Amino acid sequence: MAYVAVKGGEAAISNAHRWLAEDRRGDPAVPELGADQVREQLSLAVDRVMSEGSCYDRDLAALAVKQARGDLPEAIFLMRAYRTTLPRFGYAQPVETAAMAVRRRISAAFKDIPGGQVLGPTFDYTHRLLDFRLAADGMVPDAAVEAEEPQTYPMATIASVFDHEGLLESDVPSADTGEPFDLTREPMSFPAGRDQRLQALARGDEGFLLSLAYSSQRGWGNTHPLCAEIRLGEVAVAFVPDELGFAIEIGELTLTECHMISTGAAGMETAPQFARGYGLTFGHCERKAMSMAIVDRALRDAEEVEVAAPCQDQEFVLYHSDNVEASGFVQHLKLPHYVDFQADLQLIRRLRREWFDREAALKEAAE
Amino acid sequence: MNMHASPLDLTEIAPGFADPTRDSQAVFRRVMDAIARPGTIQDLSFAPEPPAGLGRAAAAVALTLFDFETLVWLDPVLRTGPAADWLRFHCACPFTDRPGEAAFAIVVDAQACPPLSSFNPGDAKYPDRSTTLIVQTPGLVGGRCATLEGPGIKGRTSLAPAGLEPGFWTQVQANHARFQFGVDLIFAAGDLIAGLPRSTRVTIKGN
Amino acid sequence: MSPASNTPERYYNYAYLDEQTKRMIRRAILKALAIPGYQAPFGSREMPVPYGWGTGGIQLTAAIIGPDDVYKCIDQGADDTTNAVSIRRFFAQVADVAVTEDTAEATIIQTRHRIPEQPLKAGQVLVFQVPQPEPLRGLEPRETETRAMHAYEEYGLQYVSLYESVATYGRIASTVGYPTMVDERYLMSPSPIPKFDNPKLDDNEAILLFGAGREKRIYAVPPHTRVRSLDFEDYPFETQTWEEDCALCGARDSYLDEVVLDDAGERMFVCSDSHFCAERRAQGHVGRMADHQLAATPEKEPAQ
Repeated sequence: MAYVAVKGGEAAISNAHRWLAEDRRGDPAVPELGADQVREQLSLAVDRVMSEGSCYDRDLAALAVKQARGDLPEAIFLMRAYRTTLPRFGYAQPVETAAMAVRRRISAAFKDIPGGQVLGPTFDYTHRLLDFRLAADGMVPDAAVEAEEPQTYPMATIASVFDHEGLLESDVPSADTGEPFDLTREPMSFPAGRDQRLQALARGDEGFLLSLAYSSQRGWGNTHPLCAEIRLGEVAVAFVPDELGFAIEIGELTLTECHMISTGAAGMETAPQFARGYGLTFGHCERKAMSMAIVDRALRDAEEVEVAAPCQDQEFVLYHSDNVEASGFVQHLKLPHYVDFQADLQLIRRLRREWFDREAALKEAAE
Repeated sequence: MNMHASPLDLTEIAPGFADPTRDSQAVFRRVMDAIARPGTIQDLSFAPEPPAGLGRAAAAVALTLFDFETLVWLDPVLRTGPAADWLRFHCACPFTDRPGEAAFAIVVDAQACPPLSSFNPGDAKYPDRSTTLIVQTPGLVGGRCATLEGPGIKGRTSLAPAGLEPGFWTQVQANHARFQFGVDLIFAAGDLIAGLPRSTRVTIKGN
Repeated sequence: MSPASNTPERYYNYAYLDEQTKRMIRRAILKALAIPGYQAPFGSREMPVPYGWGTGGIQLTAAIIGPDDVYKCIDQGADDTTNAVSIRRFFAQVADVAVTEDTAEATIIQTRHRIPEQPLKAGQVLVFQVPQPEPLRGLEPRETETRAMHAYEEYGLQYVSLYESVATYGRIASTVGYPTMVDERYLMSPSPIPKFDNPKLDDNEAILLFGAGREKRIYAVPPHTRVRSLDFEDYPFETQTWEEDCALCGARDSYLDEVVLDDAGERMFVCSDSHFCAERRAQGHVGRMADHQLAATPEKEPAQ
């Protein structure tokens, strides 16, 4: 039996937890929000929490959103702290986005491309007018009209469109590529390879990456990005169990993928071609995937040219993109610092005393 | 590289820790004390029966620290015996025959040990990436008396593991001389261990 | 507290971390002890408390703690500060460990910003929570640069900074996290302890472990290691002193917190180390405001 002293701190914490639970629930006359409702109706919040939480589980992410009262970085934190305790059974095969069952695919590079432009479920051309009909209960929207012809499958990728001319750098892994870096098991190391950078960006805060990407568009490390392709859809996950020795399908993920292209730094050894920036997220996180692709491209600049802008600076970007780290450290300033502050007070008082003494001495000398 | 691609015969594998969580914690605290207080002798007699070729203490340290992330160099005499299978089963550690890439090494015969300088000394920015050697000796007392000074030691202390030749101590001194580089040693004899990290300055009488 | 009580923490492994993570941290601790003052990188995990709130210290404690340990946790020197209470509760829940406020009784003491006044002894481990492990970070933001400075023992920048402080203020104006040199090799941040505590780092009987979770670094000072606070011959290192005594226990040699009593400038000074102060009062020492409510003896009652 462990004993602890009961002091103000203990009671205050217990009560704060109770009050928090009460506030989370809100007015008990209003029906409680089910995690399934969050999963189905706040699905983009769920997607962001899975993405930045590095854990693909819609039910857990929905629970995290509910528990965090809709505070997404808090929900992401909950997911991360859960994820890190999970045992590791092995590594899945790389997913093949070229074989995605596409729900949305657009390219800004060509008017039409093989497979066509597929708008899919997007806010893009909605008018941002508050829809007061949603405030009323029980509205089930009309189903979307199905296409007359099934979509081509697999849908050609933007890479395949460029392939025959060699206009776009290939994404064939280089021969010396070892096991991919894993930030969840080892600390950041510099210079960071692209694997490490992409993992950090995939886990990175959407808002931070958005602003960095924006800064690069405004000239702080201009990458002149062009959105070659965005695709959203489902891919299969395959795993090779040791006892079988061949791959079996174990599930399906919804992914958003973005390829940004821009003119690469003209090399002397290779013919000029477009270089890419790459973005990939769990679920439907288009803003994040696009921002990630632009920042990835900007960081690749640093391999060629001198770092001139924040978005090109590996240490700056990678050390500050994680919102679980950032949020914790900024908010730790709420913790007591009175030992440090006492030390500062002492110093300031002493320096002031000396300053007044000096002033008085000068005044006396002047008289 | 994994030198043991052959399947394991599970019927031949002796058990490891009865309670891996509690036992490895108890062993670790003693290993930590051994490294933090060089020269002190720590008792691991509560650890399970070791496989042939390993002492109880050396085996317990391995169970506590090795896993799939640590490349282990095994003394050649252990490589084809039950100790290798035991480590492979309980720790899932990969093995290497190159001392320079090992995170850990188990040495059962200090006289036949490759030069300490052939193990990984770490690099200037990451000296922690060096090899930790578990060196089995016939005993932790009765050998040549080494005087130890440095971090972890109040003034000076001594350690006299049996079965170490002067040449070995010369290597230990050279290992300390190139601090921050260097390997770290854990001597193991039967149920007992003593630590000798690279930070310890060693003097041997008459040398 | 019943170990089987159905609290969320019970769904996790003993001491929260999985065994593989503990092994990884344990290996880092051994290397940190073998290279005193060197910042060993480790694969820090997300913990159930935020980064900056003691995740490094918690991971160190979780990697070393066992059911036979007696655990004490302080923040600002005090056992009853909210974050210390929260962390102590966590380990009482996940590690079935006895907790204490008694410095002498504890085998593991986790701390933020202080070293207890009572000298530590062999067999104790002091675990520091470290927000920024890099002593040079304020002078050089790039990890690639500071790591090279440590590698090649290039600490000129630190001395220049101290010299500039002397030139500006007439003294070394650093008050907390005052830079130290460990065994004349590695420059080390003592964590944001007041420089008052720096001398306690030198030749300490206990094992000192430092954990920075967000920055993913572990470093250590073994017992009886030389830890020197940087200074100049003509500007020697000095610690804080107070003109006041502790208002509760009358101590003259402990680190004092300032408590503002009203908005007319009335204040009292009390020991930051709450256990040290309580023990002195129990021994009969009396300060000038010994009957103040802060001196109330806490009731003891089983933890929930």
